[in-house]
Amino acid sequence: MSIDIDTARRVAKLARIRVAEERLPALAEEFNAVLGFIEQLGEVDVEGVEPMTSVTPQRLYRRSDGVTDGNQQDKILKNAPDAREGFFAVPKVVE
Amino acid sequence: MSDLNKLTIAAARDGLKAGDFTSLDLTNACLTAIEGAGALNAFVHNTPDLARAQAAEADARLAAGDAPAMCGIPLGIKDLFCTKGVDTQAASRILEGFKPEYESTITDKLFAAGAVMLGKLNMDEFAMGSSNETSVYGTAVNPWKRSGDDSALTPGGSSGGSAAAVAADLCLAATGTDTGGSIRQPAAFTGTVGIKPTYGRCSRWGTVAFASSLDQAGPMTKTVRDSAIMLQAMCGFDAKDSTSANLEVPDFEAMLSGDIKGKVIGIPKEYRMEGMPAEIEKLWAEGTAMLKDAGAQIRDISLPHTKYALPAYYVIAPAEASSNLARYDGVRFGHRATLAAGDGIDDMYEKTRAEGFGPEVQRRVMIGTYVLSAGFYDAYYNKARRVRTLIKRDFETVFADGVDAILTPATPSAAFGLGEMKNADPVQMYLNDVFTVTVNLAGLPGVSVPAGLDAKGLPLGLQLIGKPWDEGDLLNIAHSLEARAGFVSKPAKWW
Repeated sequence: MSIDIDTARRVAKLARIRVAEERLPALAEEFNAVLGFIEQLGEVDVEGVEPMTSVTPQRLYRRSDGVTDGNQQDKILKNAPDAREGFFAVPKVVE
Repeated sequence: MSDLNKLTIAAARDGLKAGDFTSLDLTNACLTAIEGAGALNAFVHNTPDLARAQAAEADARLAAGDAPAMCGIPLGIKDLFCTKGVDTQAASRILEGFKPEYESTITDKLFAAGAVMLGKLNMDEFAMGSSNETSVYGTAVNPWKRSGDDSALTPGGSSGGSAAAVAADLCLAATGTDTGGSIRQPAAFTGTVGIKPTYGRCSRWGTVAFASSLDQAGPMTKTVRDSAIMLQAMCGFDAKDSTSANLEVPDFEAMLSGDIKGKVIGIPKEYRMEGMPAEIEKLWAEGTAMLKDAGAQIRDISLPHTKYALPAYYVIAPAEASSNLARYDGVRFGHRATLAAGDGIDDMYEKTRAEGFGPEVQRRVMIGTYVLSAGFYDAYYNKARRVRTLIKRDFETVFADGVDAILTPATPSAAFGLGEMKNADPVQMYLNDVFTVTVNLAGLPGVSVPAGLDAKGLPLGLQLIGKPWDEGDLLNIAHSLEARAGFVSKPAKWW
């Protein structure tokens, strides 16, 4: 499997990372180096083997579905690059 | 008393209890050492006022006779741990200026035990790296140098600042985190001890996430005993981490009997890599002989899927990272790019993440995005998770056959020069984790113990891998290895 420039562009878009057009060929090459390394996994027979979901046998435990925290609006907004009137502010989303 | 910063945790604890010195004395000695060690670039956010205030509190507790083992011990904290009101950047530009409004469970537990924070430590950006060279702060520098050679060496990564700080006696010990070897490889590169506990032992809450199914915190210390003491204070159930283990934490230090008679130590043949330096091979053989001499039984074992651990890791870790790092969007915390007139929300995300993430983080996020994308999810991500099951099964099989612990080299080489890997492709750098990454994939505890020096005078480490939840037994074997290896060398001070 080899990644071309179009695929590199699409992956960058999906990851929401802006990559300059002239950087794409080098990026595709780096992806190919890493994916070439990963290709080795194709040699392994995994017939009938379950994909691991949890490395320890324990199940996720449950707690009662109640409110245990809250009323921390100031703290939550404290680190925001742009907070106004108790909200996170972002560029216009809906036309 | 001079040189208090050079003490071990155990010696400092005993001295504090005896009233030979105060935590403030210890803390001031460390702060002075840090001031003089700018060239190591290990501490990146200093908190001297907080440290002195915590030391004064610890001294009051000591005077009142209510002092756990870590009370009054000055530590360095890896920049990955959220610390309330103190800069926490994960060595990334994207978290510039971030001051958490909460404390990570690990630092909370350490502080509750009376430990003192000297400051935050350098690391690879988001813990992605093996040389500390991906840090926004610039690289941390190894206090060790090759004999007769002035070139600056890497302290390893990602916990490079932690390792450098402990090796240079800037603090008594430090916290680290380990996703693929980030505690054990830097420990090996700096002649220090580092343990990654069983997955689930240490709460991940409040620690900046890289790959959540692999990440574990652990101590980085000067001795195995210190690791036992500090690990004790870090472990324990936490309702805020859904993968935290609700198990009793044994008294690890009390388990350091030094008696390992009859313990079965496995030597995995797959770790004898082609092209492995003769010095590493020799060190491994010597370590094996030491454990045998201590009464352990040595057994050749096979872990057949070892070779596939790194490729599986480089699917699973980036996949989880791409998901975890989606939260850095310029909305809730950290950096936001300056926008042009008419830029929409997608422009904001894309520009912010392009400016905020360094090249290695961008690469891994995009690799992760690719392996999770429609059409490749099964071929890459599910395949890697199946291989992970097999890697874990390899270990389960040898443990079921009676093996108590496994001895391997910690790293394929001694510390390399900063910049030396600059032109290598990313995979070359990834090979640093070849001996450590299996342990994360299988969720096992692993400890790196300094065991000797190479021909150029650099420290080399051996790794011991234990059974799940068996850190106490593992540390006892490590303690025995440490005693026999008798590693006491320290780097000559040049900084």
